[in-house]
Amino acid sequence: MSIGGGPLDTGALAAIERRAPPPRRSWRDEGGLRSLSIAAVSSIVFFTLLGVAIVNAPGWNEVRDYFFNGEIFSYSMPKLVDAFTLNIQLFMTAEVLILVLALVLAVLRSLPGPVFFPLRLVATIYVDFFRAVPGLLIITILGFGVSGLGLAGVPTDPFIWAVVALTLVYSAYVSEVYRAGIESIHPSQEAAARSLGLSRVQALRYVILPQAVRRVIPPLLNDFIGLQKDTVLVSYLGIVEAFREAFVLQAAKFNSTPYVALALIFLVITLPLARFTDWLVARDRRRFMATAR
Amino acid sequence: MTAPAGTTDAAASGPALEVEGLWKSFGSLHVLRGIDLALADHDVVCLIGSSGSGKSTLLRCINLLDSIDAGRIVVKGAEITARGVDVNTLRRRIGIVFQSFNLFPHMSVLGNVTLGPRKALGLPGVQADAQALELLGRFGLADKAREFPDRLSGGQQQRVAIVRALAMSPDLLLLDEITSALDPELVADVLDVIRELAYGGMTMLIATHEMGFARDIASRVCFLDHGVILEQGTPAEMFSEPREARTRQFLQRIIEAGRL
Repeated sequence: MSIGGGPLDTGALAAIERRAPPPRRSWRDEGGLRSLSIAAVSSIVFFTLLGVAIVNAPGWNEVRDYFFNGEIFSYSMPKLVDAFTLNIQLFMTAEVLILVLALVLAVLRSLPGPVFFPLRLVATIYVDFFRAVPGLLIITILGFGVSGLGLAGVPTDPFIWAVVALTLVYSAYVSEVYRAGIESIHPSQEAAARSLGLSRVQALRYVILPQAVRRVIPPLLNDFIGLQKDTVLVSYLGIVEAFREAFVLQAAKFNSTPYVALALIFLVITLPLARFTDWLVARDRRRFMATAR
Repeated sequence: MTAPAGTTDAAASGPALEVEGLWKSFGSLHVLRGIDLALADHDVVCLIGSSGSGKSTLLRCINLLDSIDAGRIVVKGAEITARGVDVNTLRRRIGIVFQSFNLFPHMSVLGNVTLGPRKALGLPGVQADAQALELLGRFGLADKAREFPDRLSGGQQQRVAIVRALAMSPDLLLLDEITSALDPELVADVLDVIRELAYGGMTMLIATHEMGFARDIASRVCFLDHGVILEQGTPAEMFSEPREARTRQFLQRIIEAGRL
């Protein structure tokens, strides 16, 4: 409120901003067409030059045979696709567990008050630990160490330990994403929920988490892409997933084309998800612009 | 839902609200310095005073959204600041409407209004919906039930927030500068709603900068200054012949700003 010629209140400022002229769309569209053609021409020139430089490099023929051998490519592709189903099983199983465990961790870390200090402490140590130690070490230690104990009831299937290790490591990251989302929700939302007589848990369940999770879907998908790629790490446990299969094929033929083939498989799986993430971000931004009147 | 923790049975008696010796500080900043205030049933009390005088903090303390440092708050004979009371149960009986609406943006208007009745009171969905639609209709919002808050004007959003508080059938309604974030042309709609509630006998404690409104509607006006109620009286007394120099000074500034 402005009293006696004080500064304008925010409502008045917003009203002034609202009167700003609309962007000059026609000018921008013309610019868009022009920059599009410039981008096309410069891309063609750039990639042509790059291609010419590579093909004329002194070692190109050897490299081509070693990495881009068509025969070996078509021989190894079906085997790699077959092995890749194991990677898919790995990341689908782990992702479900990660989303649940990470949410629990994030909620624990967000609990206020001194009573919940031990829970916050445990969750914080967990997150610190699993973010600090390389995932490959966790996989190796769990896969060889724990299953090597030979304890009754402890599974020895390396697939299980691979899922456990990936879940532990990625939950630490994903819980931080969730937590950022929870903390981005303004405290007035909780106040409004509590003022209706909702308990703290109910406020979290019905008001805060639904908004927080929606807000962090793009970064969650980002971590999901990371997880997909990191499934190759479990090849260290002797699991014959796609990377292990590529390694075997490479060793048998003394040719690295299977690695290139595998890279293509990952691209095909990952790129749509990456574009989908971009689309979600853009949609959210548009929606925000539309509503931030 | 669990039964109220033994507080409501004894609660039928006593004034709607009693605040005694309420102190509240944030760090070294003493925001409330011994507030005494009583509201009888159907009272409409307006809190006036400059920004930072403690109006909002007082309302938040009464709704237990902020803890208090000293003093007592008694609602219908039940001390709500006593140890071990069930704050969730108590809050259902005290509604609050905020300056910034604080609607839940991920829920429709109907979802906003029914959340409290469904989750805190345990009302079945059908019943909560029917009650909410009836209330929304009473305040001219029936056609907005399925809309999301970001599709509504500020005035409509604030009316939804009022309906949301009313859906809990509170004994006492706290209004925290509910028109301060609104464009001037939207203020009247919201104030009309409050006026209707006042005629309907709702007990209300209202922090406001709308002096004309306070003069019309209040059964009593309290002037808050640096965390104490410096002066209180009927609107006629307060606006025509205030006793305290600080009150006169404050009202003078309001008149100069063209708000009275």
